[in-house]
Amino acid sequence: MKRRVPLAMVFIVSLFMVIQYFVPLDSLAWMYQYLLDWTIIIGVFALLLGIWSLWHVSYGKIKQRAENWQYSIVTLAGLFIMIISGFIPGWGNLNNYVYEHLFYYVLVPIQATMFSLLAFFISSAAFRAFRARSILASLLLFAGLVIMLRFVPMGPVSTVVADLAGWILRVPNMAAKRAIIIGIGLGAMATAFKIMFGIERSYLGRD
Amino acid sequence: MNIFEKMVGLDRRWVFLFLFVVVTGAYFFRNSFSVNVTTTREVRSIYDFVENLDPGSKILISFDYDPSSLAELHPMSRAILMQCFRKGVRVIGVTLSQYGAGMVEEAFRKFGSEADSLYNTHVEYGKDYCFIGYRPYPGFVILGMGENFRIFFPRDYYDTPLDDLPIMQGVRNYDDIEGVIAITSGTTADMWVIYGNARYNMPLALGVTGVMATDYYPYLGNAIFGLIGGWKGAAEYEKLIGEKDAATAGMPAQVAAHLTIVLFILIGNIGFLLSRRSKKTGN
Repeated sequence: MKRRVPLAMVFIVSLFMVIQYFVPLDSLAWMYQYLLDWTIIIGVFALLLGIWSLWHVSYGKIKQRAENWQYSIVTLAGLFIMIISGFIPGWGNLNNYVYEHLFYYVLVPIQATMFSLLAFFISSAAFRAFRARSILASLLLFAGLVIMLRFVPMGPVSTVVADLAGWILRVPNMAAKRAIIIGIGLGAMATAFKIMFGIERSYLGRD
Repeated sequence: MNIFEKMVGLDRRWVFLFLFVVVTGAYFFRNSFSVNVTTTREVRSIYDFVENLDPGSKILISFDYDPSSLAELHPMSRAILMQCFRKGVRVIGVTLSQYGAGMVEEAFRKFGSEADSLYNTHVEYGKDYCFIGYRPYPGFVILGMGENFRIFFPRDYYDTPLDDLPIMQGVRNYDDIEGVIAITSGTTADMWVIYGNARYNMPLALGVTGVMATDYYPYLGNAIFGLIGGWKGAAEYEKLIGEKDAATAGMPAQVAAHLTIVLFILIGNIGFLLSRRSKKTGN
C-alpha cells in the first residue's frame, strides 16, 4: 500500500500529462492549469524543505565541529541575514536599503569574482589539454583556435577566419550537438516511461 | 629537463599572471585601440525582429541570469531594451533567476532613463514596460505563462495586479505577444526551448554567455530564430543599434585574453612536438 498508492498517483498524473499534450480539449486545458496551480503549493513546501535541510546539515556540522565547520556559520549567517533583510519594510518588494546594499555590494562582487576566475582556469586548461597528440586532438586544437581567433582583428584574414568559425559552429558543431540532443531526448523519454510504469522507483526512497 | 620540456610543463601560475597582466593592461588602455566587430546573421535576425515590430507591439524579455554573469549578459540586455524603447516596442520583463529580481528592476530603471535622455522618449512603467518579477521552478513558470501570465504572476514586482497595468491589457499568454527573448546563463535556455517554444510555438530568441553559445546553435532556424553569444554578440548588437557601450569597450580585453590563450596553446604545442622529436632522435 505504501508503494502502490504513490505509484498509482504517478501513473495517473503522468498519463494525464501525456494525453493533455496531444488532445486539445478545453476540459483538459482547465485541468492542466489546475495542476500548474498545484506546482506553486508543492514548490513552497520544497523551498521550506530546502531551508530546513540547509539548516540541519550546517547546524550538524557546527555542533560536531566537523571539518571546515566555520564555513557553516557563514552559510547560516548569510541565510538568516538575507531572509531578515528581505522582510524589512521598504518601498517595494525587495527595494529596501539593507537588502539592496547586501545584494549590490556583497553578493554581486562575490559572484562576479568567482565567475571571472573561470578565465584563468580555462586558459590553464586550454594550455594543458589542447595538444596535437593525435589527428583527432589536432582537429580539436584547430577548431578551438579558429573559434577563439574569430574575435581577433587580423586584416583581410579576419573575414576568412570568421567564415570558417561560422561554418564550424553551424555545420559540424550543429550536427554533433543535434545527434547528442536526439540521444538525450530518447533517453529522457525512456526514463519517463520507466517512472510512469513503476520500473524506476528510486524517487520513492528505500522504505 | 630541456627547454622544450620546460615549455610543456610551464607552471600554470605563469599563465595566470600573464593573463592577469594582459587583461588588466587591455582594460586600462581600452580607448587606445578598438576591435572591428562584424555582425553575424544570428544576431542580426534578433535585431531585425525587433526593428520590424510596429510601435506598441509587445514582447517578453526573460532575464534569467545572476550577478556572476552580469558583466557578460547585461550589455546585451541593455542593447535590446534600448532598441525596444527607441522603437516604442513594449517590454514585459520577467526573471527566472533567484538573484535576478534586483538586477532587472535596476536595469529597467537605468536603461529607461538612459533611453529618455538619448532618444527623448518618455518611457513609462506600466505602459511601455513592466516587470512581473521572479518565481521559482522555471520549467513550470514557462509552462504557466503559456496558459496565462496570471497563474504565476497575479501581481507584478511592485505588487500591482497585472490587470491594472495598461501594458498587460489583452495579454493572456504567449499568443498575445510577438515573441520572447530569453537572456540566460543557465539551463533555463533549454527550458525555454523545450517548454516554451516546443509546447507553445512562440518565436523565441536566446542571449547566452560565450561558453554556452555553441550549445544552442543546433536550435537555430528551428526552435530559435536568433542567438546572441556573450560579449561578442552584445558588441554586434551595439553596432547594429549604432550605440557603442560596455560590450564594445570590453572587446579589446577579450581579444587580448584570447590571444594570450592562443599564444600559450602554441607554446605548449611547439614544446610538445619538439620534445617528442628530440626524444625520438635521442638528443
